[in-house]
Amino acid sequence: MATLHIDVEFGGGMELLFKNVREHKIDMPEGSNLKDLITYIRDNLMTAKQDLFVMNDTVRPGILVLINEADWELCDGIEYKLEDGDRIIFISTLHGG
Amino acid sequence: MVKTCVICDAARAVLKRPKTGQQICKECFYHVFETEIHHTIIDNHLFSRGDKVAIGASGGKDSTVLAHVLKTLNGRYNYGLDLFLLSVDEGITGYRDDSLETVKRNQQQYDLPLKIVSYEELYHWTMDEIVKEVGLKNNCTFCGVFRRQALDRGAAMLDVDHIVTGHNADDIAETILMNILRGDTPRLQRCTEIVTTGESLIRRSKPFKYTYEKEIVMYAYFKKLDYFSTECTYSPNAYRGYARTFLKDLEAIRPTAILDIIQSGEAFQIKTEVKMPVQQTCVRCGYMSSNELCKACVLLEGLNRGLPKLGIGKTERLRKQHNLQVSEKPVITETAW
Repeated sequence: MATLHIDVEFGGGMELLFKNVREHKIDMPEGSNLKDLITYIRDNLMTAKQDLFVMNDTVRPGILVLINEADWELCDGIEYKLEDGDRIIFISTLHGG
Repeated sequence: MVKTCVICDAARAVLKRPKTGQQICKECFYHVFETEIHHTIIDNHLFSRGDKVAIGASGGKDSTVLAHVLKTLNGRYNYGLDLFLLSVDEGITGYRDDSLETVKRNQQQYDLPLKIVSYEELYHWTMDEIVKEVGLKNNCTFCGVFRRQALDRGAAMLDVDHIVTGHNADDIAETILMNILRGDTPRLQRCTEIVTTGESLIRRSKPFKYTYEKEIVMYAYFKKLDYFSTECTYSPNAYRGYARTFLKDLEAIRPTAILDIIQSGEAFQIKTEVKMPVQQTCVRCGYMSSNELCKACVLLEGLNRGLPKLGIGKTERLRKQHNLQVSEKPVITETAW
Protein backbone atom coordinates (compact mmCIF):
# COMPACT_ATOMS: atom_id res chain seq x y z
CA MET A 1 0.00 0.00 0.00
CA ALA A 2 1.31 3.41 -0.89
CA THR A 3 2.38 5.82 1.82
CA LEU A 4 1.29 9.43 2.20
CA HIS A 5 4.01 11.85 3.25
CA ILE A 6 2.47 14.53 5.41
CA ASP A 7 4.15 17.67 6.72
CA VAL A 8 2.81 18.64 10.12
CA GLU A 9 3.52 21.91 11.87
CA PHE A 10 2.58 23.16 15.33
CA GLY A 11 2.34 26.85 16.19
CA GLY A 12 0.96 29.41 18.61
CA GLY A 13 2.46 27.59 21.59
CA MET A 14 1.30 24.08 20.60
CA GLU A 15 4.88 23.14 19.80
CA LEU A 16 5.46 23.08 23.57
CA LEU A 17 3.39 19.90 23.71
CA PHE A 18 5.83 18.36 21.23
CA LYS A 19 9.20 19.00 22.87
CA ASN A 20 9.27 22.43 21.28
CA VAL A 21 9.62 20.92 17.79
CA ARG A 22 7.47 22.80 15.30
CA GLU A 23 7.85 20.71 12.16
CA HIS A 24 7.30 16.99 11.85
CA LYS A 25 7.21 14.61 8.88
CA ILE A 26 4.67 11.85 9.28
CA ASP A 27 3.90 8.91 6.99
CA MET A 28 0.33 7.70 6.91
CA PRO A 29 -1.17 4.75 5.04
CA GLU A 30 -3.12 5.55 1.90
CA GLY A 31 -6.79 6.23 2.57
CA SER A 32 -6.18 7.93 5.92
CA ASN A 33 -8.16 10.98 6.87
CA LEU A 34 -7.38 13.88 9.17
CA LYS A 35 -8.94 12.10 12.10
CA ASP A 36 -6.50 9.19 11.64
CA LEU A 37 -3.60 11.65 11.57
CA ILE A 38 -4.76 13.35 14.76
CA THR A 39 -5.11 9.99 16.51
CA TYR A 40 -1.67 8.98 15.25
CA ILE A 41 -0.12 12.19 16.59
CA ARG A 42 -1.81 11.77 19.96
CA ASP A 43 -0.68 8.16 20.32
CA ASN A 44 2.83 8.47 18.93
CA LEU A 45 4.16 11.99 19.39
CA MET A 46 2.77 12.83 22.80
CA THR A 47 3.80 11.51 26.15
CA ALA A 48 1.67 13.79 28.32
CA LYS A 49 -1.17 16.33 28.25
CA GLN A 50 -2.95 14.58 25.37
CA ASP A 51 -6.16 16.31 26.43
CA LEU A 52 -4.66 19.68 25.47
CA PHE A 53 -4.64 18.45 21.88
CA VAL A 54 -7.48 15.96 21.46
CA MET A 55 -10.93 16.09 23.01
CA ASN A 56 -13.95 13.96 22.06
CA ASP A 57 -12.16 12.53 19.03
CA THR A 58 -11.35 15.89 17.50
CA VAL A 59 -8.89 18.67 18.26
CA ARG A 60 -9.70 20.65 21.36
CA PRO A 61 -11.90 23.67 20.59
CA GLY A 62 -9.72 26.73 20.18
CA ILE A 63 -7.05 24.99 18.11
CA LEU A 64 -7.05 26.21 14.52
CA VAL A 65 -6.26 23.73 11.77
CA LEU A 66 -5.01 24.65 8.31
CA ILE A 67 -4.89 22.20 5.43
CA ASN A 68 -2.49 23.42 2.77
CA GLU A 69 -2.77 26.99 4.07
CA ALA A 70 -6.58 26.96 4.21
CA ASP A 71 -8.96 26.82 7.19
CA TRP A 72 -10.02 23.20 7.70
CA GLU A 73 -13.61 24.35 8.08
CA LEU A 74 -13.51 24.85 4.30
CA CYS A 75 -12.32 21.30 3.60
CA ASP A 76 -14.52 18.71 5.36
CA GLY A 77 -12.75 19.25 8.71
CA ILE A 78 -11.92 16.05 10.53
CA GLU A 79 -13.16 13.86 7.64
CA TYR A 80 -10.73 15.39 5.15
CA LYS A 81 -9.01 12.67 3.10
CA LEU A 82 -5.26 13.11 3.23
CA GLU A 83 -3.23 13.38 0.04
CA ASP A 84 0.46 12.81 -0.47
CA GLY A 85 2.44 15.99 0.26
CA ASP A 86 -0.29 17.65 2.34
CA ARG A 87 0.78 20.25 4.83
CA ILE A 88 -1.29 20.31 8.02
CA ILE A 89 -0.83 23.08 10.57
CA PHE A 90 -2.21 23.19 14.11
CA ILE A 91 -2.21 26.59 15.82
CA SER A 92 -3.23 27.13 19.41
CA THR A 93 -5.23 30.24 20.21
CA LEU A 94 -5.18 29.47 23.90
CA HIS A 95 -2.47 31.86 24.97
CA GLY A 96 -2.95 35.34 26.32
CA GLY A 97 -1.73 38.13 24.23
CA MET B 1 -11.83 20.61 -3.14
CA VAL B 2 -10.91 24.23 -3.78
CA LYS B 3 -13.50 26.83 -2.90
CA THR B 4 -13.59 30.33 -4.32
CA CYS B 5 -13.79 33.54 -2.32
CA VAL B 6 -17.38 34.79 -2.03
CA ILE B 7 -16.24 38.41 -2.06
CA CYS B 8 -13.91 38.66 -5.07
CA ASP B 9 -15.15 35.49 -6.76
CA ALA B 10 -11.63 34.89 -8.07
CA ALA B 11 -9.06 33.74 -5.55
CA ARG B 12 -9.01 30.54 -3.49
CA ALA B 13 -10.84 30.83 -0.17
CA VAL B 14 -8.59 30.24 2.85
CA LEU B 15 -10.82 31.16 5.77
CA LYS B 16 -14.36 30.65 6.96
CA ARG B 17 -15.32 33.77 8.89
CA PRO B 18 -16.77 32.89 12.30
CA LYS B 19 -18.82 36.09 12.31
CA THR B 20 -20.58 35.56 8.99
CA GLY B 21 -19.78 32.07 7.76
CA GLN B 22 -18.38 33.59 4.55
CA GLN B 23 -15.57 31.78 2.75
CA ILE B 24 -12.96 34.31 1.76
CA CYS B 25 -9.49 34.58 0.27
CA LYS B 26 -6.39 36.01 1.90
CA GLU B 27 -6.52 39.48 0.34
CA CYS B 28 -10.25 39.93 0.99
CA PHE B 29 -9.69 38.71 4.56
CA TYR B 30 -7.02 41.36 5.18
CA HIS B 31 -9.35 43.96 3.74
CA VAL B 32 -12.46 43.08 5.76
CA PHE B 33 -10.47 42.48 8.97
CA GLU B 34 -8.72 45.85 8.83
CA THR B 35 -11.79 47.72 7.59
CA GLU B 36 -14.01 46.40 10.39
CA ILE B 37 -11.51 47.61 12.97
CA HIS B 38 -11.38 50.97 11.21
CA HIS B 39 -15.19 51.19 11.46
CA THR B 40 -15.09 50.25 15.15
CA ILE B 41 -12.61 53.07 15.72
CA ILE B 42 -14.62 55.63 13.73
CA ASP B 43 -18.11 54.65 14.91
CA ASN B 44 -17.07 54.82 18.56
CA HIS B 45 -14.99 57.99 18.15
CA LEU B 46 -12.07 56.29 19.86
CA PHE B 47 -9.44 58.83 18.84
CA SER B 48 -9.05 62.48 17.99
CA ARG B 49 -6.46 63.85 15.60
CA GLY B 50 -3.18 64.51 17.36
CA ASP B 51 -3.85 62.00 20.18
CA LYS B 52 -0.87 60.31 21.73
CA VAL B 53 -1.81 56.64 21.98
CA ALA B 54 0.02 53.92 23.88
CA ILE B 55 -0.51 50.34 22.70
CA GLY B 56 -0.35 47.97 25.68
CA ALA B 57 2.14 45.48 24.23
CA SER B 58 2.81 42.10 25.78
CA GLY B 59 4.46 40.48 22.77
CA GLY B 60 1.48 38.10 22.49
CA LYS B 61 -0.73 37.64 19.46
CA ASP B 62 -3.42 40.21 20.28
CA SER B 63 -1.19 43.16 21.04
CA THR B 64 1.18 42.32 18.19
CA VAL B 65 -1.69 42.29 15.70
CA LEU B 66 -3.09 45.47 17.31
CA ALA B 67 0.21 47.30 16.85
CA HIS B 68 0.43 46.15 13.25
CA VAL B 69 -3.17 47.08 12.40
CA LEU B 70 -3.12 50.47 14.18
CA LYS B 71 0.11 51.41 12.47
CA THR B 72 -1.42 50.39 9.12
CA LEU B 73 -4.73 52.20 9.67
CA ASN B 74 -3.07 55.33 11.03
CA GLY B 75 -1.16 55.56 7.75
CA ARG B 76 -4.01 54.50 5.46
CA TYR B 77 -6.74 56.73 6.90
CA ASN B 78 -4.50 59.48 8.20
CA TYR B 79 -5.81 59.44 11.80
CA GLY B 80 -2.93 61.69 12.81
CA LEU B 81 -2.06 59.59 15.88
CA ASP B 82 1.24 59.50 17.67
CA LEU B 83 1.68 55.80 18.51
CA PHE B 84 3.80 54.23 21.25
CA LEU B 85 4.37 50.71 22.52
CA LEU B 86 3.98 50.38 26.29
CA SER B 87 5.03 47.18 28.03
CA VAL B 88 4.93 46.03 31.62
CA ASP B 89 7.76 43.91 32.95
CA GLU B 90 6.26 41.90 35.79
CA GLY B 91 9.60 40.32 36.54
CA ILE B 92 8.76 36.73 35.60
CA THR B 93 11.90 34.87 34.57
CA GLY B 94 11.51 32.66 31.53
CA TYR B 95 8.23 34.24 30.54
CA ARG B 96 8.10 38.00 30.50
CA ASP B 97 11.78 38.46 29.81
CA ASP B 98 11.33 36.34 26.66
CA SER B 99 8.14 38.06 25.57
CA LEU B 100 9.77 41.48 26.04
CA GLU B 101 12.36 40.41 23.49
CA THR B 102 9.45 40.01 21.05
CA VAL B 103 8.20 43.49 21.92
CA LYS B 104 11.69 44.88 21.26
CA ARG B 105 11.66 43.26 17.82
CA ASN B 106 8.17 44.71 17.22
CA GLN B 107 9.58 48.12 18.08
CA GLN B 108 12.05 47.73 15.20
CA GLN B 109 9.53 46.14 12.83
CA TYR B 110 6.89 48.83 13.33
CA ASP B 111 9.26 51.68 14.03
CA LEU B 112 7.39 52.78 17.16
CA PRO B 113 8.92 54.15 20.37
CA LEU B 114 8.84 51.65 23.25
CA LYS B 115 8.49 52.26 26.98
CA ILE B 116 8.87 49.45 29.50
CA VAL B 117 7.76 49.91 33.12
CA SER B 118 8.63 47.25 35.64
CA TYR B 119 7.01 46.09 38.85
CA GLU B 120 10.45 46.33 40.34
CA GLU B 121 10.75 50.08 39.74
CA LEU B 122 7.10 50.83 40.59
CA TYR B 123 6.55 48.51 43.55
CA HIS B 124 10.05 47.29 44.45
CA TRP B 125 8.75 43.74 44.08
CA THR B 126 9.06 41.46 41.06
CA MET B 127 6.50 38.72 40.46
CA ASP B 128 9.24 36.16 41.08
CA GLU B 129 9.71 37.65 44.55
CA ILE B 130 5.97 37.94 45.15
CA VAL B 131 5.45 34.27 44.27
CA LYS B 132 8.14 33.36 46.80
CA GLU B 133 6.06 35.15 49.45
CA VAL B 134 2.51 34.24 48.49
CA GLY B 135 2.89 30.95 46.62
CA LEU B 136 1.01 29.99 43.49
CA LYS B 137 -2.51 30.45 44.75
CA ASN B 138 -3.22 34.16 44.71
CA ASN B 139 -0.31 35.40 42.66
CA CYS B 140 -2.54 36.24 39.67
CA THR B 141 -4.45 38.72 41.86
CA PHE B 142 -1.25 40.64 42.59
CA CYS B 143 -0.19 40.52 38.98
CA GLY B 144 -3.55 41.67 37.59
CA VAL B 145 -3.98 44.55 40.03
CA PHE B 146 -0.41 45.74 39.61
CA ARG B 147 -0.47 45.43 35.82
CA ARG B 148 -3.54 47.56 35.35
CA GLN B 149 -2.04 50.31 37.47
CA ALA B 150 1.40 49.92 35.90
CA LEU B 151 -0.05 50.53 32.44
CA ASP B 152 -1.65 53.74 33.67
CA ARG B 153 1.54 54.88 35.32
CA GLY B 154 3.59 54.09 32.23
CA ALA B 155 1.08 56.00 30.13
CA ALA B 156 1.38 58.99 32.46
CA MET B 157 5.17 58.89 32.07
CA LEU B 158 4.77 58.92 28.31
CA ASP B 159 2.22 61.73 28.65
CA VAL B 160 -0.24 59.90 26.41
CA ASP B 161 -3.98 60.58 26.13
CA HIS B 162 -5.07 57.07 25.47
CA ILE B 163 -4.16 53.42 26.09
CA VAL B 164 -5.38 50.73 23.71
CA THR B 165 -5.31 47.07 24.66
CA GLY B 166 -5.65 43.93 22.58
CA HIS B 167 -8.73 42.52 24.38
CA ASN B 168 -10.66 40.68 21.70
CA ALA B 169 -14.30 39.59 21.38
CA ASP B 170 -13.54 36.19 22.94
CA ASP B 171 -11.85 37.82 25.95
CA ILE B 172 -14.79 40.15 26.50
CA ALA B 173 -17.37 37.36 26.18
CA GLU B 174 -15.36 35.33 28.73
CA THR B 175 -15.27 38.26 31.13
CA ILE B 176 -19.02 38.76 30.79
CA LEU B 177 -19.62 35.08 31.63
CA MET B 178 -17.25 35.29 34.60
CA ASN B 179 -18.92 38.42 35.97
CA ILE B 180 -22.38 36.87 35.59
CA LEU B 181 -21.31 33.68 37.35
CA ARG B 182 -19.80 35.71 40.17
CA GLY B 183 -22.71 38.13 40.37
CA ASP B 184 -20.33 41.05 40.02
CA THR B 185 -22.68 43.71 38.64
CA PRO B 186 -20.33 46.71 38.71
CA ARG B 187 -17.79 44.85 36.60
CA LEU B 188 -20.48 43.36 34.40
CA GLN B 189 -21.45 46.88 33.41
CA ARG B 190 -17.92 48.10 32.91
CA CYS B 191 -16.52 45.11 31.05
CA THR B 192 -18.60 45.66 27.92
CA GLU B 193 -17.69 49.32 27.52
CA ILE B 194 -15.39 49.92 24.59
CA VAL B 195 -13.91 53.04 26.22
CA THR B 196 -13.38 53.65 29.92
CA THR B 197 -11.78 56.53 31.75
CA GLY B 198 -10.15 56.20 35.12
CA GLU B 199 -9.04 58.73 37.66
CA SER B 200 -5.94 59.50 35.62
CA LEU B 201 -8.17 60.78 32.80
CA ILE B 202 -6.26 58.57 30.41
CA ARG B 203 -8.78 56.89 28.16
CA ARG B 204 -8.59 53.15 27.70
CA SER B 205 -10.14 51.37 24.79
CA LYS B 206 -10.45 48.01 23.08
CA PRO B 207 -10.42 48.35 19.29
CA PHE B 208 -10.71 44.52 19.01
CA LYS B 209 -13.93 44.39 21.01
CA TYR B 210 -15.77 42.85 18.05
CA THR B 211 -12.81 41.00 16.56
CA TYR B 212 -12.73 37.22 16.85
CA GLU B 213 -9.67 35.56 18.28
CA LYS B 214 -9.70 33.08 15.41
CA GLU B 215 -9.31 35.90 12.90
CA ILE B 216 -6.57 37.58 14.95
CA VAL B 217 -4.57 34.35 15.00
CA MET B 218 -5.19 33.71 11.29
CA TYR B 219 -4.17 37.27 10.46
CA ALA B 220 -0.95 36.89 12.47
CA TYR B 221 -0.28 33.58 10.77
CA PHE B 222 -0.90 34.71 7.19
CA LYS B 223 1.00 37.97 7.70
CA LYS B 224 3.79 36.03 9.44
CA LEU B 225 3.77 38.44 12.37
CA ASP B 226 6.33 37.84 15.06
CA TYR B 227 4.55 37.02 18.33
CA PHE B 228 5.28 35.20 21.54
CA SER B 229 3.11 32.32 22.70
CA THR B 230 4.04 30.67 25.95
CA GLU B 231 1.81 30.24 28.93
CA CYS B 232 2.86 32.21 31.99
CA THR B 233 5.10 30.08 34.19
CA TYR B 234 2.96 30.91 37.21
CA SER B 235 -0.10 29.03 35.98
CA PRO B 236 -3.03 30.66 34.22
CA ASN B 237 -6.11 32.07 35.89
CA ALA B 238 -8.15 28.93 36.55
CA TYR B 239 -11.54 30.60 36.68
CA ARG B 240 -11.03 32.28 33.33
CA GLY B 241 -9.96 28.89 31.98
CA TYR B 242 -13.40 27.41 32.75
CA ALA B 243 -15.19 30.32 31.10
CA ARG B 244 -12.90 30.00 28.13
CA THR B 245 -13.44 26.27 27.64
CA PHE B 246 -17.19 26.78 27.85
CA LEU B 247 -17.05 29.64 25.34
CA LYS B 248 -14.92 27.65 22.89
CA ASP B 249 -17.40 24.76 23.10
CA LEU B 250 -20.23 27.17 22.32
CA GLU B 251 -18.26 28.65 19.43
CA ALA B 252 -17.70 25.20 17.93
CA ILE B 253 -21.48 24.71 17.80
CA ARG B 254 -22.43 28.25 16.79
CA PRO B 255 -19.67 30.78 16.08
CA THR B 256 -21.93 33.80 16.47
CA ALA B 257 -22.39 32.89 20.17
CA ILE B 258 -19.42 35.11 21.03
CA LEU B 259 -20.95 38.26 19.58
CA ASP B 260 -24.36 37.28 20.99
CA ILE B 261 -22.91 37.14 24.51
CA ILE B 262 -21.31 40.57 24.06
CA GLN B 263 -24.63 41.95 22.88
CA SER B 264 -26.43 40.44 25.86
CA GLY B 265 -23.77 41.83 28.19
CA GLU B 266 -24.26 45.29 26.73
CA ALA B 267 -28.01 45.03 27.17
CA PHE B 268 -27.84 44.31 30.93
CA GLN B 269 -29.30 47.15 32.96
CA ILE B 270 -28.70 47.41 36.68
CA LYS B 271 -31.75 48.66 38.62
CA THR B 272 -31.20 52.22 39.73
CA GLU B 273 -31.92 51.39 43.37
CA VAL B 274 -28.98 48.96 43.46
CA LYS B 275 -26.17 50.61 45.37
CA MET B 276 -22.98 50.65 43.33
CA PRO B 277 -19.52 51.38 44.70
CA VAL B 278 -18.53 55.02 44.37
CA GLN B 279 -15.26 55.77 42.66
CA GLN B 280 -12.84 57.73 44.81
CA THR B 281 -9.13 58.40 45.00
CA CYS B 282 -6.65 56.35 46.96
CA VAL B 283 -5.40 58.43 49.89
CA ARG B 284 -1.94 56.94 49.54
CA CYS B 285 -1.11 56.87 45.84
CA GLY B 286 -3.87 58.93 44.23
CA TYR B 287 -4.99 56.12 41.95
CA MET B 288 -8.71 55.53 41.38
CA SER B 289 -10.26 53.25 43.95
CA SER B 290 -13.61 52.18 45.35
CA ASN B 291 -12.14 52.43 48.86
CA GLU B 292 -9.98 54.78 50.83
CA LEU B 293 -6.94 52.68 49.98
CA CYS B 294 -6.67 51.21 46.50
CA LYS B 295 -6.23 47.49 45.97
CA ALA B 296 -2.63 47.84 44.83
CA CYS B 297 -1.70 49.74 48.00
CA VAL B 298 -3.41 47.15 50.24
CA LEU B 299 -1.59 44.32 48.46
CA LEU B 300 1.69 46.19 48.62
CA GLU B 301 1.24 46.94 52.31
CA GLY B 302 0.69 43.25 52.91
CA LEU B 303 3.86 42.33 51.05
CA ASN B 304 5.95 44.93 52.83
CA ARG B 305 4.67 43.91 56.26
CA GLY B 306 5.12 40.22 55.62
CA LEU B 307 1.33 39.70 55.60
CA PRO B 308 0.79 38.82 51.96
CA LYS B 309 -2.81 37.63 52.56
CA LEU B 310 -3.89 41.11 53.60
CA GLY B 311 -5.63 42.01 50.36
CA ILE B 312 -6.85 38.57 49.37
CA GLY B 313 -10.40 37.29 49.78
CA LYS B 314 -12.34 37.66 53.00
CA THR B 315 -9.79 39.15 55.31
CA GLU B 316 -11.69 41.79 57.20
CA ARG B 317 -10.57 40.47 60.57
CA LEU B 318 -6.94 40.41 59.53
CA ARG B 319 -7.21 43.92 58.16
CA LYS B 320 -8.89 45.25 61.31
CA GLN B 321 -6.16 43.70 63.39
CA HIS B 322 -3.57 45.51 61.38
CA ASN B 323 -5.46 48.73 61.32
CA LEU B 324 -6.27 48.87 57.66
CA GLN B 325 -9.73 50.03 56.71
CA VAL B 326 -11.58 48.23 54.00
CA SER B 327 -14.67 46.27 53.50
CA GLU B 328 -14.42 45.30 49.94
CA LYS B 329 -15.17 42.28 47.89
CA PRO B 330 -12.44 39.98 46.65
CA VAL B 331 -10.93 41.43 43.57
CA ILE B 332 -11.47 39.99 40.15
CA THR B 333 -8.56 40.43 37.88
CA GLU B 334 -8.29 40.59 34.16
CA THR B 335 -5.39 38.52 33.04
CA ALA B 336 -5.77 38.65 29.30
CA TRP B 337 -4.51 41.80 27.70
